[in-house]
Amino acid sequence: MTGIAAPFPAPRVRLSRRIFVESFAAHGGLWLLGVGLLVFLTLPLATLFIKSFEDRAGAFIGLANFAQYVQTPALARSTMNTLMFACLTTLITVPLAFTFAYAIQRSCIPLKGLWRSIALIPILAPSLLAALSFIYLFGNQGIFKAALGWFGFTSIYGLPGMVLAMSFASFPHAVMILLAAMALSDARLYEAADSMGTHAWRRFLTITLPGAKYGLISAAMVVFTMAVSEFGVPKVIGGNYPVLAIDIYKQVIGQQNFQMGAVVGLVLLLPAIIAFVVDHQVRLRQKALLTARSIPYVPRPSPLRDRFFLVYVALVSLAMLSVMGMAVFGSFVKLWPYNMSLSLVHYTYGFEEANVEHAYRNSLVLAGWCAFLGAAITFAGAYWVEKTRGADFLRPLIRFQAMLPMAVPGMVLGIGYILYFNNPANPLRALYGTMAILVICTIIHFYSSSHLTAVTALKQMDAEFESVSASLKVPFYKTFWRVTVPVCLPTILDVGRYYFVNAMTTISAVVFLYSPKTMLASISILQLDEAGAIGSAAAMATLIVASSAVVTVVTLAAEAFLLARTQRWRVQART
Amino acid sequence: MAVEPEAPSEALRIEAVHKAFGSFVALQSIDLTIAPGEMVCFVGPSGCGKTTLLRIIAGLETQTRGRVIQNGRDVSHAPPAARDYGIVFQSYALFPNLSIAANVAYGLVNRRKGRAEIIARVHELLTLVGLPDAGPKYPGQLSGGQQQRIALARALASAPSLLLLDEPLSALDAKVRERLRGEIRALQRRLKVTTIMVTHDQEEALSMSDRVVVMRHGAIEQIGSPQDVYERPATPFVADFLGKVNVLKGVSTGAGRYRVGAGELTLPVNGFASGESVRIYLRPEDRHIEGDLAHLPNRFSGRVDHIEYLGTVCLAQVMCERLGQSMLVSLSLNQLHDLAIREGGNLEFALRVDRVRVFGEALSP
Repeated sequence: MTGIAAPFPAPRVRLSRRIFVESFAAHGGLWLLGVGLLVFLTLPLATLFIKSFEDRAGAFIGLANFAQYVQTPALARSTMNTLMFACLTTLITVPLAFTFAYAIQRSCIPLKGLWRSIALIPILAPSLLAALSFIYLFGNQGIFKAALGWFGFTSIYGLPGMVLAMSFASFPHAVMILLAAMALSDARLYEAADSMGTHAWRRFLTITLPGAKYGLISAAMVVFTMAVSEFGVPKVIGGNYPVLAIDIYKQVIGQQNFQMGAVVGLVLLLPAIIAFVVDHQVRLRQKALLTARSIPYVPRPSPLRDRFFLVYVALVSLAMLSVMGMAVFGSFVKLWPYNMSLSLVHYTYGFEEANVEHAYRNSLVLAGWCAFLGAAITFAGAYWVEKTRGADFLRPLIRFQAMLPMAVPGMVLGIGYILYFNNPANPLRALYGTMAILVICTIIHFYSSSHLTAVTALKQMDAEFESVSASLKVPFYKTFWRVTVPVCLPTILDVGRYYFVNAMTTISAVVFLYSPKTMLASISILQLDEAGAIGSAAAMATLIVASSAVVTVVTLAAEAFLLARTQRWRVQART
Repeated sequence: MAVEPEAPSEALRIEAVHKAFGSFVALQSIDLTIAPGEMVCFVGPSGCGKTTLLRIIAGLETQTRGRVIQNGRDVSHAPPAARDYGIVFQSYALFPNLSIAANVAYGLVNRRKGRAEIIARVHELLTLVGLPDAGPKYPGQLSGGQQQRIALARALASAPSLLLLDEPLSALDAKVRERLRGEIRALQRRLKVTTIMVTHDQEEALSMSDRVVVMRHGAIEQIGSPQDVYERPATPFVADFLGKVNVLKGVSTGAGRYRVGAGELTLPVNGFASGESVRIYLRPEDRHIEGDLAHLPNRFSGRVDHIEYLGTVCLAQVMCERLGQSMLVSLSLNQLHDLAIREGGNLEFALRVDRVRVFGEALSP
């Protein structure tokens, strides 16, 4: 046993230098992340907050701006409109999504994967795509315009169109939450109920509904918040129905009234923060609902129920596909509805005429950078926060800032950026109007969900990997590279895809920050629509959907490939 | 073999180590010295601070006060990488995406050793833990017991002077656990590596260690050899935590005599004033039941209420009217049959008092 007695000593001098480098890397990373979030998130928001108490000259005027806001009848009406719009959307979307998720999780219909994918399609599109489709269908030149009268509407523009389009856009978000909520159910509860001879309806009321309660609240909050802060849909199909998001835009871009923009932004922040807090509480309780010993519920076939749900799910999917298909089809029609022959004129001449040919390329560049940098920063950041040691006072500060973007509507973030970066005294002003600021703003805007995804993946890894590698005198960054990244690669790809798709479709924050040179595809849709070029607007939306779809399919394929290739070592790790 | 410098008489010294998490005191003030080549177990109920103490020794937690001295070097505030130890966790913590060989070599690669040297070393270690052919496999393809052996090989790869085992057997099946227990102990003896193991399993602690450190509420209750702590527990807690024990409530009547219920015991224990209330601790095996009991002192009999059948050893619950309480009496399977002991029957026994412990009322829980 001479080998055991002969150690492999690590030279002391090199070791102490390495330890210094290691702790520098750990603390440096935390500081970098903390300062980055401070500069690109907290300071812009703080600036917005301060500006709302100042007049145009920058003097402190207390609550005068707020007083003026309350006394402006137009703004007060917008607030009511916004609430009406958001409530109606929530009331329509959540029950539809609940039934859909129930059908997928609790019945035995065939092709569940297909229906699920179709329901998630709207995520690939900018929210206003549905608005374009409804204009094609029911707008001034709509083919089914006459059908509006049957339902007692005179025009699709305004509240009806907004609610319809928003329901479409928010549907997948509600479905995802409810699918997850209903995936978590304990079969033993149902078995106990059955053994006591409980009727199906009573079982639904006493087990299913309470079990999905938190999911329902969470879904309602998400849909409500999306609608409150939505900009694209009201811009395209809102007609003369002003909402807060439009008001902010008019105040800031139209009238250059940054102070009033800040005030409206803060008003917009209110429902978002309430929703965020409620949702957070709900998530905390949801955790306690299930124990590790729960047995997942597996539905048994029931012909009548299954047939009903199959019809429902097929109808919803058909509606999804037709709304999506309408815009795509419209983008190829020469002159809706007069000349229905197909052509690519909206993709070529249409873009050229509106001078937005570079917008699509810009969007790809933005989305590429966001996917690449976003995934790298988010994952490394989550690792720094969760797995390194030392500088513990920084961690809660970073965690809080990482969750903050979830509570901040894009419009509010956008104004914060203008106010903060477009300030001559700010050394970072050079960023203003560049692609870099769009990349930074978009990564920040979608940071929270990505951060949570990364944290979840990291928490599933053995908590002792870092301790083991420290005892083996291997610096944490080597273990990060050799173990953490390879094991989490599917998650990292997921985060990258999430950034890409959102960067392609986002409007709300970047609409304040683009310059003519950095015009984006999603924003150009608004311009094209305003210019009456609805065909080209639809064409641009179609390009966005196509790109998002391609990237989604490619990343999913890559993930599947990775999982298959690493099957050998994932055998147990995944059970 | 090269001449080695004289080994220091202590491998590890812990001086007044105190640890508080906010207002919760995890460790009160721990002093402990461990000799080179010794195997020491920290044992105690969950929350007693044993894992915290191990993590402080590893540098994974930092003590609030006190010092940790390893091989004469003060490592109190050294990061884990600057200390010299290998560690094995309950969860194995094998890197799932690396082969077994790469896992074992993980700490060697970093030391700029030649490839051939590393390969030879890995093979040697895998042979040492009895899995010479596991090299190309992945952790997910091995059983729990096998994974834990690989974790052990990885911890030993760089020949650390100290091996830390954090509940290494708790995640394993009973049978595997028992086998691995013996293997780890044999390996430790062979390599003479100073080892600290944390466990909540008293049997594990007794069977594997040179010395047992029994902990409770962040303090050490007793340190001693397995025999010491089992046969001469210093406190009622230790007596109760390690193994089964009968607790008799009695009153000292002076000169080694104690009244229990309506009976009287004569014990080789003095030092209690007459009239003082005491608790008398006796193990189930502290009894004579075979042969001629007539001339033995401390003889009692009672009705067998229940027999807990455990295989080689069975436990009889015997109600002694004279003592006013029920006693656990252990019986070998042979005795059970030879003496025809059955539930509802009668059993006569004499207490073996050479290992009895008597504690004053105040000490008892």
